Amino acid sequence: MKRTVEEAVLPALVALLVAAVVGDVLILSFGQNPGSVYRLLIDGTWGNAYGFGQVLYKTTTLTFTGLAVAVGLRAGLFNIGAESQLAAGGFLAALVGLVLPMGLPALVTLPAFLVAAAAGGAFVGGIPGVLKARFGAHEVITTIMLNFIVLALLNYLTAAHLKVEGTLHTTEIHAGALPRLSSMIDAFHGSAANVVLLLAFVTAAAVAWFLFRTRRGFELRATGLQPAAAEYGGVNVGGVWWRTMALSGALAGIGGLNYVLGYKHYYEESFASGAGFLGIAVAIVGRNHPVGVVLAAFVFATMSQGGLAVNAVVPKQIVDVLQAVVIIAVAASVPEVRRLARRTA
Amino acid sequence: MIVLAFLAQTLRIAIPYLFAASGGVISERSGLIGLGLEGYMLGGAFCGAVASYYSGSPWVGLLGAIAGGAALALLYAVTAIRFRADQVVVGIAVNLLVTGATRFFLRLAFHSSANSPRVPGFGAEQSGTGLAALASNPLIWLGIIAVGVMAWLIYRTPYGLRVRAAGEHPEAALSVGVPVDRVRYVAAALSGMLAALGGAYLALDQHQFSAEMTAGRGFIALAATIFGRWDPFRAALACLFFAAAETLQIQLQGAQIIPSQFVEMIPYALTIVALAGVVGRAIPPAALGKPAAE
Amino acid sequence: MSIVESSASAPLAIRLADIYKSFGPVNANRGASIQVACGEIHALVGENGAGKSTLMRILGGMYAPDSGTMEVNGRDVTGWTTAQAIDAGVGMVHQHFMLVPTLTVAENMMLGREPTSGGQIDSGRVVGEVTELSRRTGLAVHPERKVADLSVGEAQRVEILKTLYRGAKILILDEPTAVLSPPEIDELWRVLRGMRERGETIVLITHKLDEVMEISDTITVMRQGQTIAQLTTRETTPAAIAKAMVGRDVQLAMHYAETARPRADLPSAPLLDVRDLVVDGPRRASAVNGVSFAIAPGEILGIAGVEGNGQTELLDALAGLRPVRAGTITVARRDITRLPVKSRGDAGLSHIPEDRHARGLILDYTIAENLILGQQHRFTTGVRLDNDAITDNARRQIEAFDIRPAVPSVPARALSGGNQQKIVIAREMSRAFQVLLAAQPTRGVDVGAIEFIHARLREARDAGKAILLVSADLAEVLALSDRIAVMYGGKFVVVLDRRDASEGVLGPYMTGAEHAA
Repeated sequence: MKRTVEEAVLPALVALLVAAVVGDVLILSFGQNPGSVYRLLIDGTWGNAYGFGQVLYKTTTLTFTGLAVAVGLRAGLFNIGAESQLAAGGFLAALVGLVLPMGLPALVTLPAFLVAAAAGGAFVGGIPGVLKARFGAHEVITTIMLNFIVLALLNYLTAAHLKVEGTLHTTEIHAGALPRLSSMIDAFHGSAANVVLLLAFVTAAAVAWFLFRTRRGFELRATGLQPAAAEYGGVNVGGVWWRTMALSGALAGIGGLNYVLGYKHYYEESFASGAGFLGIAVAIVGRNHPVGVVLAAFVFATMSQGGLAVNAVVPKQIVDVLQAVVIIAVAASVPEVRRLARRTA
Repeated sequence: MIVLAFLAQTLRIAIPYLFAASGGVISERSGLIGLGLEGYMLGGAFCGAVASYYSGSPWVGLLGAIAGGAALALLYAVTAIRFRADQVVVGIAVNLLVTGATRFFLRLAFHSSANSPRVPGFGAEQSGTGLAALASNPLIWLGIIAVGVMAWLIYRTPYGLRVRAAGEHPEAALSVGVPVDRVRYVAAALSGMLAALGGAYLALDQHQFSAEMTAGRGFIALAATIFGRWDPFRAALACLFFAAAETLQIQLQGAQIIPSQFVEMIPYALTIVALAGVVGRAIPPAALGKPAAE
Repeated sequence: MSIVESSASAPLAIRLADIYKSFGPVNANRGASIQVACGEIHALVGENGAGKSTLMRILGGMYAPDSGTMEVNGRDVTGWTTAQAIDAGVGMVHQHFMLVPTLTVAENMMLGREPTSGGQIDSGRVVGEVTELSRRTGLAVHPERKVADLSVGEAQRVEILKTLYRGAKILILDEPTAVLSPPEIDELWRVLRGMRERGETIVLITHKLDEVMEISDTITVMRQGQTIAQLTTRETTPAAIAKAMVGRDVQLAMHYAETARPRADLPSAPLLDVRDLVVDGPRRASAVNGVSFAIAPGEILGIAGVEGNGQTELLDALAGLRPVRAGTITVARRDITRLPVKSRGDAGLSHIPEDRHARGLILDYTIAENLILGQQHRFTTGVRLDNDAITDNARRQIEAFDIRPAVPSVPARALSGGNQQKIVIAREMSRAFQVLLAAQPTRGVDVGAIEFIHARLREARDAGKAILLVSADLAEVLALSDRIAVMYGGKFVVVLDRRDASEGVLGPYMTGAEHAA
């Protein structure tokens, strides 16, 4: 819980400032004018409906992975495995989609997809949780290692058994595909934004409610803040650990629905492509609060889409660099801000 | 002679791991988590290729790689030590930074976001698989020597003793006047330089830099570090083992006995097993990841 | 208190004057002064928290004083570093060993000043020097063994040898015998006497008066950050030292209030029954070594004793935070020995932990949230927390215990130590309990609040509850307890009725002086 709003927001502001400076330097090195590049970025993201739709689409996935990491961090756990949990969730949802008969109403299929995606992510997330609770194995390394293992496994399953010849993806799912926003609002025509975006907002609200309004959420946060005091308060710390990792994995897994059901309607190898790692950035910048996560997801999504928009003038990787700069700057300024706050208190 | 070809291939694959794992060992032994190895390696590959291209000499390329790796590692070290930032976060961020920055500068310098032009390198003109080609590449020798040097450094020199103390019980080291922060900065710089040499090997051997050419090798090196229980020789053995598995899989490719993806998993699965303590627990340095007392 | 000047003819090895040192709100040293002559064994005594370790760490260079001066052998050394102190021959052996467990004895010895030949460590030379030094001083060590494999006694010998290896002529030892057996203690005295004969100076930080009488030449007594007295050992007595150590300011004398119920009326079935309890401590030794006692309803049993004699482990085991190796614990005739923490709370056990910062409070949680810690399952409607009930509960307790600021939504971190403690007390005493474990209940609490807390404890006792009180403040134990046990070395060495107890009677048991010749 933040002591003051300043302590929560200041690092993010410092980070954006630093990123702006670095961005200027990089843009100038390309012989371009920073002002016009930034304007191009804004035009390509918030300036037109298609671009904005793309931003919303990317915000959706990042919200889920950001929530996943944030929930983990609230319990004192560092989940680096969002990438593979996201993929596993999408994969399992795609499998369910392949076996469901056509013509079932969305009321039946949507819960099925949700459960499948959550289960896939929860399983992949739960394993490191159990290893920590049982053996004390540090979750940072186990989640990183499991990332590679799971992604390799999914690649194998797709390549060897499920893919459509000549592609890297599974056959198309017709049962219960989710509608795109463009079907509801004409302006979004062509963009990938879909109703999973609404699911993302609902999930963020649900996570906030869980963390701050329920007894289990109270115990989860206590475990993250002071495990010794939580133990004194009757909490089963090991149990909190593995259950939180499973929950975290489930949240990331549900994010897989954005691509698999809302966009392409199939599972494709490497569809996650970095959304898991960016989820870490989103959680850190969003200070582990669901509202902050949604805002940070929006900012990072804007940057990602903005990269595509400026690609003709300045390489889109400038955005990757700036995102990394933001992460480093936030990580460096959080302890510093806290130290300065304690000094002056 | 199939055996010789197998060994040669294994060694070629292992060299980047050997460099980066040596760097991982010194870094983690001093208390700094080695998550940035992938980034240092990729950065080293890029700087090595660029320096070699503009100077015309692969040796200058090596210097460029070392400089790039050291700079990245010191960036990580400053945020972790001076600013007490979370080492995991910064390590991952460094990797993302380098991935993006290399593509960016690739386009800036060479107008392609995928490959650099051909650069002067080491080894035979075509990527030879023979032992002769191998022996002529100085980086092969350097990589092997690096393991021995690292072991000597850690176990036989005063600096190495201080590194081990800093990673296990920094307060004890501080109480006898050892400058723990400085010890860690040096360890970070060494890890950056070594991992960068691993990347430079890749670029200079292929005579080209391609985007993301390290493809996770830094993480395999980290896995080897952990699986080798933070000992340079054991980590090197782990590197060779992982490389051998890869070689085996390549040579058996046609036979389709084990799918390549399962061979890919081996280093990571073994690391998890080591951490969970199924066959003797791998216990990291006690102060790993924690900033030293104020 | 009589102030006796140390012998004026011997030069001063150490002179600290008017040292002030604070860590945030904690004033560890408040104008402390100490003088030690060369070739002297000097004891620095006081209760836990008196400021002894801090003062010596300042001397050793680990901290710089906020104000005051330091002289070593006549030279001004105020605010020097550890490295400088070591170079000047001042060596410190800490209470918690500063040894790297994974390295060998020899490696720990040479850390920071490794001899080299050809760029690499000359291990042979180190082993040779260590062996020679070990022989000369009589401190037996094995240079090639890993520190993690050493016995406690050997580890301490290594720590002492470490300072001698660096040429220490002034040796500071912080509670060196806390972890030693009697024969190892005799060994240590032999070594220290040998050093004194060679003209070296020793400062011994301790709270054990039998040892002070046996080994020291002069004594400084500290209390609450100040130096209270300087004494010459052969001219004083353990009783006088104990009184200086544990006495409180005269105007705050506490009075024992006899229990409201005549003793004969007390029902016989105890509310808390502990039999033959054995609890492990660090280094595989037993911290609690076969303790048995019972507390009847309407009774306060106080455990007196200096910290470190097993009280922490005893209370942790009773609360469910530490496993029990042997023995049983019964609350209201229910065996709770294997029950988890939450079930013990439901069975009627309340616990005021000794470390409110680590265990008792979650500093970033609000007052209201901290007031339900441990009982959060009672403040729910379904899966949701009942915020109205939580706030009501908070308002009631804030008022009943006068917690300030009286705002339920303030984070606990913002409160003073005394008010933080009041949160813990309010929480643990407002729930329905049969047995209350109270560890250091008034530590860091201001004077006015102390009386308030004592009144609440007496109220609970009069209402028929059983209270186990552990306090390092002897006056508090005497003011509140109906019966008093003294814990020393993991055992109850004596259990007395309050009427038969006093500082003079208990002091010797607490400090082991009972065992002195």
